[in-house]
Formats: sequence, C-alpha cells, structure tokens
Amino acid sequence: MYARRRFAVLKNLLEYVGIEPGRLHFSWISSAEATKFQETVIEVTDAVKALGPAKHMIKDIRKVA
Amino acid sequence: MEAIAQGIREAAKKLLSQGAVDCVIGFAQGTVPMRDYPYFAYTPEEADNLTWSRFCCNNLSNFLVRREMGEAGKVAIVAQGCVSRNIVGLIKENQITREQVHIIGVASPGMVDRGKVQALFPLKTITEVTEDGEDLVVKGKDFEERVPTKKVLRQNCYTCVQRNPVIVDEMIGEESEATHGGNIDKVAAPWEKLMPEERWEAFSESIKDCIRCYACRDACPLCYCHVCFVDEARPQWCGKTQDEADVATFHILRAFHCAGRCTDCGACESACPVGIKMRGFTSKIEKDIRELYGYAPGMDLEEEPPLSVYKPNDPQEFIK
Repeated sequence: MYARRRFAVLKNLLEYVGIEPGRLHFSWISSAEATKFQETVIEVTDAVKALGPAKHMIKDIRKVA
Repeated sequence: MEAIAQGIREAAKKLLSQGAVDCVIGFAQGTVPMRDYPYFAYTPEEADNLTWSRFCCNNLSNFLVRREMGEAGKVAIVAQGCVSRNIVGLIKENQITREQVHIIGVASPGMVDRGKVQALFPLKTITEVTEDGEDLVVKGKDFEERVPTKKVLRQNCYTCVQRNPVIVDEMIGEESEATHGGNIDKVAAPWEKLMPEERWEAFSESIKDCIRCYACRDACPLCYCHVCFVDEARPQWCGKTQDEADVATFHILRAFHCAGRCTDCGACESACPVGIKMRGFTSKIEKDIRELYGYAPGMDLEEEPPLSVYKPNDPQEFIK
C-alpha cells in the first residue's frame, strides 16, 4: 500500500523525464497465485522485448574509463 | 528591508544576551554582490553582522540537522515561509525537536535570481547591487541601472504559495500577501506537454553541464543522510563519472528522495555553479504529490507525510 504511492510517483517521474512507458511494471501477486505470476512475467518480458534495447542511460565503459 | 534586518539584529541580541539560545542562524552581507551568506552569531556583538535582503538564497534550516547544541540547548533561526516549512519537515522526520529551535519569522520578500540579473548585463562586471524599495540598483564600472525586482525574482519565489512562516516564535515585521502572483500549476512540470521521445532530450539537455559537485544536495535541507547514495562505495549505487547515465541517475534519484518532502525553496538551483534548473523535474514530483494525494509539504506539524501513509482508494491504474 505504501509501495503503491511510491511507485505511482516514481513511474510518473521516469515517464516524465523520457524513460519509455512499459519499462516499469508493478503487480500484486500472492504467493498462491502461480498462474498470475506466470502470466505477468510473460506480459512483462513481451512488453520489454517490444520496446527493444534501452535507448537512454547507457554507459559505454570504454568511453568513460 | 533595512527595518526588518534591524529587527532581526535586535531580536538576536536579546536572545543571545539572555542566554536563551546558543546561536542565531541568519544571513550576513556577502563580499560579492547578491551573495549574502549564512551566518552564525554566537555573541550579541556578532549579531550586528546579521542582515536580511532579497539575496538570502540559502535555506537556513539545512544547518539545524545534526547540530551540536550548546548550554542553552537551543538555536534561533531566521525563517521565511519555505524555511519554516522545512523546519516542520525536520521536526516530523525526527531530526530536531520543536523545543530546540526558536523561530524568528519574517515574510519572504522573494529572493533574486543572480543569473537573471547578470543576464541583463551581458559581459559586464557587476560591482554593487543594492535594494531600493521594489527596485534593485545595479552598479558596475561605467553604468548604474534600476531593475524592478519582479523581473529578476527566482521562479520558485514568484510562484510561492507560502511567503509567511507557518510556525513562528516571534515575528519581525508584518505578514505579507501569501503569494507573489505566480501560478505554480502554469510552470510546474514544463516537459509534460512534450512528446515522450522529446522529454529525454529536454531532460538530458538540462543536466548536461552538471559537474557532479553535489552543491544542490549540500544546499538541500532534505539531504541529511549520513552517507549519501552517491558517496556510497560498497555497493556503488551510482557511478562517479560525468557520463550522461551517471549524471541522470544522480538527478533522478536525488529528486525522488525528496518526493513528498520538497518545499520548492529553490536552494538547489541557487547553489548550482553551472545554473542547472533542477526544478524542471523536481516540480513534477511536487505536482504529483499535490494532485494525487492533496499534500503540500511542511504546512502542518500534525499531517502525516504522504509517502508514509496510504488510503485504500489511492490511484492504481498502473498496477496490473
């Protein structure tokens, strides 16, 4: 319940600065909800795959070292 | 303004000579124009150095945290609206107690953005700036001009909603109008109207000059962690380079750590040596907190901090 508030603010902030919607996911899943867990994981990986590799916040270690 | 400065000096002298407080935290006139600096008066004589002007950009409540109290166990602090709101925040977060501070309240005249004044006189050296009523008199080697303060006010002061202190032990001067006339909703979260793809561009452009000096963090009364996440080495949460990824991580996380606590005092922007406008993104969080949870930080000693409580009907469209 506290996390719901914190994630609401964080998600809005990340989208506001230009991180694509769909990279941050949030779900309630009980330990008894195996099916929901499986479905959510598929959903999340599909969403992230569709977005492709990250476009921002990439640090090229050869450039900064 | 001079009458208020005189009032502050008298109040400080009285408190110090009675031994009611160990120290009075206020401002003294800077050696460089428009840079009045935080000053700690420990004796009635030192209280003569205190001043009050439109150039008092630091947030003094920053100096209350982890302060070693002397015999009196109490310090006095000069506080306008935002500073008093941060004091309320510090009391709520158990950093200080109400008994440890004596608040000398003043109505905020609205602080001046040094950058805006300098921008009016490109390539010229300003040697002296004095206040004259509602105008600033700016002097240099071969010029002297009057500038209306309204034109060079910091944006957060222009849109301020609480110029008068929210808690106070003694008030110097009259209370003023609550606002300067600006509307925070018109300027908060300026990149919301951009397309999602353009937002990263705007954000990274705004922080590209960052030299990672952490002046914004050090000036912030909310940033009182013993070890800041950027200084932590094991694990190293945030890289030390000036690469865009590290700079962005620092600014996003610092902003998020202040969520629901930031009073929009503008100390971070005023402290920045390269003129980064952090309020471009911190104002988004404040706006969300205001709109989602109806909360304005530091207005009330009793109200619970918004991210430490919840309601069953909080918004949750993003949860799947």
